[in-house]
Amino acid sequence: MRDNIVKPMVMSYFVEKGNFTCAGEASSKIKNKLMKLGFPSSLIRRVAIATYEAEMNLVIHSWGGVIKAEIKPDVVCISITDTGPGIPNIDKAMQEGYSTAPESIREMGFGAGMGLPNMRNCADTFNIESQKGKGTTIKMIIR
Amino acid sequence: MDSYFHSVTLDEELCRGCTNCIKHCPTEAIRVRDGKAKIIDERCIDCGECIRICPYHAKLAITDPLEKIKGYEYPIALPAPSLYSQFGTKFTVNHIIAGLLELGFYKVWEVALGAELVTRAVNDFLSNKDFPRPVISSACPAVVKLIQVKFPELINNIVPIKSPMETAAKIAKEEMSKAGYPSEKVGVFFISPCAAKVTGVKNPVGMKNSAVDGVIGISEIYGLLLSKIKDIKKAPDLQKSSGAGVGWAISGGESRFISGLRYLAVDGVENVTKVLEEVVMGKLKEVDFIEALSCVGGCVGGPLTVENPFMAKARIDWLARNKVDKQQELAKHPDWQELMFTEKIKPIEVLKLDDNIAIAMQKMENLEVIEKFLPGLDCGSCGAPTCRALAEDIVRGQADEVDCIFKLREKVTEMAEGMLEISQKMPPSIRKKDK
Repeated sequence: MRDNIVKPMVMSYFVEKGNFTCAGEASSKIKNKLMKLGFPSSLIRRVAIATYEAEMNLVIHSWGGVIKAEIKPDVVCISITDTGPGIPNIDKAMQEGYSTAPESIREMGFGAGMGLPNMRNCADTFNIESQKGKGTTIKMIIR
Repeated sequence: MDSYFHSVTLDEELCRGCTNCIKHCPTEAIRVRDGKAKIIDERCIDCGECIRICPYHAKLAITDPLEKIKGYEYPIALPAPSLYSQFGTKFTVNHIIAGLLELGFYKVWEVALGAELVTRAVNDFLSNKDFPRPVISSACPAVVKLIQVKFPELINNIVPIKSPMETAAKIAKEEMSKAGYPSEKVGVFFISPCAAKVTGVKNPVGMKNSAVDGVIGISEIYGLLLSKIKDIKKAPDLQKSSGAGVGWAISGGESRFISGLRYLAVDGVENVTKVLEEVVMGKLKEVDFIEALSCVGGCVGGPLTVENPFMAKARIDWLARNKVDKQQELAKHPDWQELMFTEKIKPIEVLKLDDNIAIAMQKMENLEVIEKFLPGLDCGSCGAPTCRALAEDIVRGQADEVDCIFKLREKVTEMAEGMLEISQKMPPSIRKKDK
């Protein structure tokens, strides 16, 4: 079988706002599938970290959203789409240590301001678009 | 290619083919086939969960018999710290060491002393090296293997330092050699709570050869040792180890002396799996050091122990508290560099569906279709632990859809209906018209 005719495998998960109990499940499922598929462990680690950070962002900051992973033999494309509230200042949000997480979240050990920077560090291509009131879309390519 | 010897095996006579073990295996390494459990060797991490769960005691760990020490003129016992927890508190460590000598060992070299040296080595290593955090202890061989099989992403986080057992074995042999004993006449035997240690000696990880010549299960010598200990009136002062080493037998005992770092101690293979999963996702950022032990309570809960693990844990705790500062052995062995692993730890790639990712994706797609049509009860009657595992076995060509009794029943119903239909069909020549 040639790689270029393989149709991509798509995994898609809805992540609920504020649901800390299930937080991490989507990224764990994606990670485990990549392992069964025989992807190199360095790639799996990066995908795991990037999707986990994204999942936590959806739980903490968004009104809920979807994590989608499109798996091809040589590349994993991840897109995260939420319905709001949107990021007012993306440049600031991309700075290490900058966080808008409320005190209650920080007390739980989250909100260190490393989420988006970590995602960018794990991805080969990182794209973020956000519109206040409309939501945020992140696209990452990891190979 | 390494041969996959491992210690945990099946006694076919005793196995009744029930599905208790397949459900509790952390790497899904057991299937029931032809009425007997079959261990998939490459997947087995020797954690011993199946030994603990089997109601018929059909799972056992291959260890060496005590007789093996007779093959050496100078056999040395290396008692695991957990051995100290197996007898009532009226017997001291001195009693136990004296008892081992009575059993025919020429000398006893405490693994707890090795643990003290390893503690120092790990401390030095952590302060000197820029190493991916969190660092994961290499002390538990089942955990190391779990990482090789299930979490290869974390292999580089394993602290590359030999275990207390290997350390003790190495030094015991060096000391004998310095004292003029011919090396071929000296044999060192680990007195083990652990099945995975047997495997670790036969197929060492992180080094070419193990310095240990044999592994004897605690349960193997327990009765005999107890009878010897009972007769010892007053034991001489033989214990050299301190609480820092003895404490390694329980969860948290190793971490207690890792200085200046934020550590996490986790025990029980299921709990360990959960923690490692979170490490892979980058979740446990504030932890520097992870002590992960496969058995509940730590080594005192090992499958080759005899005493209730919680009682044993309490005893180790008392012992470790009472003797903290002795650590006299440390000064004699200043160089910890020699305790470093010499070989790289390799991943054990047995979980992937295919070597070719594109084909693996195809198989995954088939797997998911098959899984959808399975009942999802995870009943285990097919011999696989879950419906998903059966689906996986099917796409690997190792099982059939009708291995599922529900699928089989569906097929039989279909067939019966078909037969009924056919039975009602008559050749047109004799067919009677409906009234």
